[in-house]
Amino acid sequence: MNQVCKTVKRTVGGYQGNKDMLIQILLGLQNKFGWLSSETLREVSKQLEVPITRVYQIASYYKAFSLYPKGRHIITVCMGTACQVRGAARLLDRISTMLDIRPSETSEDKRFTLETVNCLGCCALGPVVVLDGVYYTKPSKEALEKIFESAG
Amino acid sequence: MSNNRLASPGELEKLRAAILSRRNPNRRVVTVCSGTGCQSYGAKVVFQKFAAKVRSQGLEGKVEVKATGCHGFCEKGVVVIILPEEICYLSVKPDDVSEIVSRTLGKKEIIERLLYTDPNTGKKKAKESDIPFYNNQNRIIFGNNKYIDPKNIEDYISLGGYGALSRALSEMTPEQVLEEVKRANLRGRGGGGFPTGMKWEETRNAPGEPKYVIVNCDEGDPGAYMDRSLMEGNPHSVIEGLVTGAYAIGSHDGFIYVRQEYPLACENVEIALKQAEEYGLMGGNILGLGFNFKVKVHRGAGAFVSGESSALMSAIEGKVGEPGLKYIHTAIQGVKDKPTCLCNVETWANIPFIINRGADWFNSIGTEGNKGTKIFSLVGKVNNTGLVEVPMGMTLKQIIYDIGGGIRDGKKFKGVQTGGPSGGIIPEKYLDTPVDFDQLTKLGSMMGSGGMVVMDEDTCMVDMARYFIEFCCGESCGKCIPCREGLRMLREILTDICQGRGQEGDIEEIEDIAEVMKEASLCALGQTAANPVLTTLKYFREEYEAHINEKRCPAKVCKDLINFYIDPEKCQACIICLKNCPVEAINGGKDLVHWIDQEKCTRCGTCFEVCPPRFSAVIRSSGEPVPPPPPEGTRVVRKKGG
Repeated sequence: MNQVCKTVKRTVGGYQGNKDMLIQILLGLQNKFGWLSSETLREVSKQLEVPITRVYQIASYYKAFSLYPKGRHIITVCMGTACQVRGAARLLDRISTMLDIRPSETSEDKRFTLETVNCLGCCALGPVVVLDGVYYTKPSKEALEKIFESAG
Repeated sequence: MSNNRLASPGELEKLRAAILSRRNPNRRVVTVCSGTGCQSYGAKVVFQKFAAKVRSQGLEGKVEVKATGCHGFCEKGVVVIILPEEICYLSVKPDDVSEIVSRTLGKKEIIERLLYTDPNTGKKKAKESDIPFYNNQNRIIFGNNKYIDPKNIEDYISLGGYGALSRALSEMTPEQVLEEVKRANLRGRGGGGFPTGMKWEETRNAPGEPKYVIVNCDEGDPGAYMDRSLMEGNPHSVIEGLVTGAYAIGSHDGFIYVRQEYPLACENVEIALKQAEEYGLMGGNILGLGFNFKVKVHRGAGAFVSGESSALMSAIEGKVGEPGLKYIHTAIQGVKDKPTCLCNVETWANIPFIINRGADWFNSIGTEGNKGTKIFSLVGKVNNTGLVEVPMGMTLKQIIYDIGGGIRDGKKFKGVQTGGPSGGIIPEKYLDTPVDFDQLTKLGSMMGSGGMVVMDEDTCMVDMARYFIEFCCGESCGKCIPCREGLRMLREILTDICQGRGQEGDIEEIEDIAEVMKEASLCALGQTAANPVLTTLKYFREEYEAHINEKRCPAKVCKDLINFYIDPEKCQACIICLKNCPVEAINGGKDLVHWIDQEKCTRCGTCFEVCPPRFSAVIRSSGEPVPPPPPEGTRVVRKKGG
């Protein structure tokens, strides 16, 4: 049994093979692998006995799932209304120019993936950018350079 | 674990008394706000430093350090409150901790530097209750956050927690609980404003077993985070409300649906459920009174429309979160076609208060038809960003100016966006409107779940309308055509207007499409998606006209309609803009006047932001020609002493 097969088995088993838990199972696998490969989706379909079309439908519908591998570091720019009125679009532009990737793209060296999110719920800090779970508020160009550099 | 299990209401009271007697009322408590906002400011480090310092100074017996939920004043994080004096320190940094421990905890001195400064009088305010941000509020649902470590059920119990549940189960019949909630006139806090008691009754009377109850914490409105802060800061209040409601409805199975973008809320609610079960307040034979109830946590996978009740229920069944037809209420046919009662986090959190203090007390707060308090997230270009809880019926002006402290940086108020992407933008002339479900709807907006985004003169209303339509475009599930195609069309037209391709007749076409969407969309997302466009057209029509007819953006936001140039008279050749320009469009050098190459300029606005305010040499213009650059090599003329 290969690694994917084992991990899927463990996750599906954690929910007693309950088909209603498909979304929760995929969330668990997304967290473990960082993305959902076609092998993973097929394995879920097989083990949970749910048609692959439905697994794929869920995986492609919700934002939390990625069907492509992501970079080593995830940069998330909040595009919520509060951040928006405080210049989130300019911040996103700036990061996009600096790393030469557009939102939802991964840099060629697989270092960074740039993502946007609708609201992180920390509106007092806007505009906010998150790198690997650490929040930065209103970073300047120089601050961003430092942040990206120290990410490695 | 069963040794903690409470087998009767009497044992709950005994435990409460024991917790209180264990606690020395004179013992000082340092509460460090650890909501997501303050955590981003470094609350964790502040907390750890406090704990370490207290230990190293041997103050453990005298001082307790507690990480609590959100205190609400997110603008000034990290917020630290020292009890029982209620000394409120704002913007606390890890480096301030030693001083607080040695001076305030050791010598009972107050550190002026960390206190709130009244911007009008310059006076310092030591207590939380003296700060206008707090003393203009009525914090009932949210007020306990500052006393509670959400990971410790005993904190909640010590404040009377689970007393309402115990009372409901032991002294009241389910009908009496239902009657009390109906009499309180509580309306759903998620946005719809539907009377909660009626909703409960519908599920209670609906045929079919099992019946389900759901907590909706899929807070998707951008700019709103009160549900998150309640769930993170005081999860037991929501759980107590849920179990009490389940008893009234006759349900034994519940779901708590939390979006996965809120990891701390997920974590705290899971811990809270485990503890509630351990104490016999959840699960089988609750408090030995024969009522059984169990609950599962579902994490939402990120879809705005999943907050809609029927869509959320299909997500719980593991399906794609698309709304269904509403010929039959979900209260009658919901999860797995069984009667299901879904309420918002804040609605459930109101229940213990109504049971404890009674419907008459609840009815004494608020306005006709809108009772109780409401938590708003006051964000955007306002001075005191944060979460505020006020009685229904307070005016927008009181909230934005008295509590929010007015507009940032001395700018002018332009509008306030309420109700998220389904709401609208309200202009200055309606600032005296009392805020409740009905009044805001009359203005074409809505109260929604309580998002309140303040906008100043630098906000372009056409751009804002485009932003919301873009948002809904990304979130429309695509099931029905009016919403899917209508939004796409609106986005095209609005983008054209913002990029200088607006034409005569565009406004009429927008109104046409909006009308169809309102009438023909399947769910509330589509029916209300055009509200931001319609309200901005109603209140800020001249901005649309300037974009279309003069190709001018009055707020100077829309990139394709603005230009930046440097005033050679004002430029002091400080090289700051030159260094920061991401596309190297700025020419000049040491002692040489800077100028912007319009061909290279991407209008990102960086130079405008970084030019020191004492020079203000970068000019943003719209609808006027850009003056030619000074001849290359023009030297800066500095005034003496300049």
